Amino acid sequence: MKMGKSTREAFGLALAKLGEEHADIVVVDGDVHNSTRTELFGKKFPARFFNVGIAESNLVGVAAGLASSGKRSWLASFAAFVMCNAYDQLRMSVAFPHLDVKVVGTHVGISIGEDGPSQMGIEDVSLACSLPNFTVVVPADEPSMMQAVAALARITTPAYLRAGRPNVPIIYEDGAASFRIGKANQLRDGKDVTLIANGLMVAEAVKAAETLAGQGVQARVLDMHTVKPLDDEAVLKAARDTGRIVVAEEHLLHGGLGSAVAMSVVRHHPVPMRFVGLNDTFAESGAPDALLAKYGLTAADIVREALALAKTK
Amino acid sequence: MPAASTPSLADLQARAKSVRKDIITSTTAAGSGHPTSSLSGVEIAVALYFGGVLRHDPKNPTWPQRDRFILSKGHAAPLLYAVLAEDGYFSKDLLPTLRKLGSPLEGHPNMRRLAGVEASTGSLGQGLSLGVGMALAARLDGYDARVYVMTGDGEIDEGQVWEAAMSASKFKLDNLVAIVDQNGFQQTGPTAEVLDLRPLAPRWEAFGWSVQEINGNDMSEALAALQKTKQAKGRPSAIISKTVKGYPIQGLLTSDPNHHGKPLTPDEAKKALELIGA
Repeated sequence: MKMGKSTREAFGLALAKLGEEHADIVVVDGDVHNSTRTELFGKKFPARFFNVGIAESNLVGVAAGLASSGKRSWLASFAAFVMCNAYDQLRMSVAFPHLDVKVVGTHVGISIGEDGPSQMGIEDVSLACSLPNFTVVVPADEPSMMQAVAALARITTPAYLRAGRPNVPIIYEDGAASFRIGKANQLRDGKDVTLIANGLMVAEAVKAAETLAGQGVQARVLDMHTVKPLDDEAVLKAARDTGRIVVAEEHLLHGGLGSAVAMSVVRHHPVPMRFVGLNDTFAESGAPDALLAKYGLTAADIVREALALAKTK
Repeated sequence: MPAASTPSLADLQARAKSVRKDIITSTTAAGSGHPTSSLSGVEIAVALYFGGVLRHDPKNPTWPQRDRFILSKGHAAPLLYAVLAEDGYFSKDLLPTLRKLGSPLEGHPNMRRLAGVEASTGSLGQGLSLGVGMALAARLDGYDARVYVMTGDGEIDEGQVWEAAMSASKFKLDNLVAIVDQNGFQQTGPTAEVLDLRPLAPRWEAFGWSVQEINGNDMSEALAALQKTKQAKGRPSAIISKTVKGYPIQGLLTSDPNHHGKPLTPDEAKKALELIGA
């Protein structure tokens, strides 16, 4: 797979483009605009860009106040900081009055590497999914992030968008794959097992499917970029057609994509499942690839779980 | 926009009496709520809504150029409801439904259920940030709309209030007014004992705000202070509104002057209404 930009860079580019198209879009920053890439918007539209300093609670509140006066607010910070530090503000000032605030958490998962656990957003999806009225989206690559930003700009309810630090492989090479909120993209079909992933684990799932094919196991691969609302139909179809599901995410196992898919599977068509993710642990400092290997977030981990499932009949 | 009227002090005091009656009656009927936290802020709220300060229109509550009032101390919802009903946003017949299932008059304000409520509050410390956002939006739109935020003096224990205060100063929001209803108590006791932030005026001044200190239970002082904030240039305005929790029925609450989060019993309410002369 060809390498593309990071999803945070793609977010920044898409947001700046959005600013050209919509005069009512405003961006609020907690003094991390060079990291979150909202500086691309800020440089083009300084009058609509507000840096409130290192103050996440106020970051969220100011965005909510702008939204309740008819602006379309986007805010971005490290996922760990905005979701964990300002959760009550997201709950009370954004989710409860369902204001048009788009929350972007960057530096997600453990692939940020050397900066270590304090900077790693590993629980953000779980927290975002626990906010009523929120849509939760985890794009896999640069083209889908560009489309995700455009798609979220078309809804007027709150949303959480997850963006990563490292450059990631391009899944959608034509750049024009359809992106519909709440609709999974099937990247490969197979009859033996379904691999469901989002974020940077989508590329790992694609690699895993190739390896599995070499061992006689045909895997379906779903890019489940929207965690809420979940594409129950695609999950049900996967459960019926393949009878086994592996979910992979760069997130704690508790409350993330795996939990959401499992609830859907149990409700509609119970089948054996396996989960690849962070197992109730913080990570540590290190090179991104070394961390992903140590904490079990690679194609090889997905292959291992899929093969274990394939043995069950 | 409705023409700004200049009501007499007697008119405003009559409004205050009516609002106080509704606060006491509605919370006693509900059997729960925060009457004393509501009573301390009556003069400010009445001066704001009926003294020609807040440009608003009960017949057109979403008028984009309107001024906004945010009750950040959301537990004083009975005050907000009484004022909105007095102003004609909704019928006073709704007041007895306070806190009951199906009523838009929830225990804390819910902007999605009741016209005139500008923010859903109740988790303390969040209103001033919303006010900063609204004041920025007004500036972007080229409106001369003003934003008034009432906090409690216990509420400003919350760090977010100071984050908001710093940003309002950075953005030079002279269309933003913070009113601290300094009634001297918070949930478990006097603010002076729980977390003493006094003196408040130099604290707000140090954060870049233009500050007035007033007796907030004096109608003419409340009105004059609110009007004066319209002269602000390049700085946000704070009014430290020194009040009495439960004013003016504090004499009935001698065993517990805080009387926080408790309605008056029907008997106490009767005495309170007699005292107020409502």
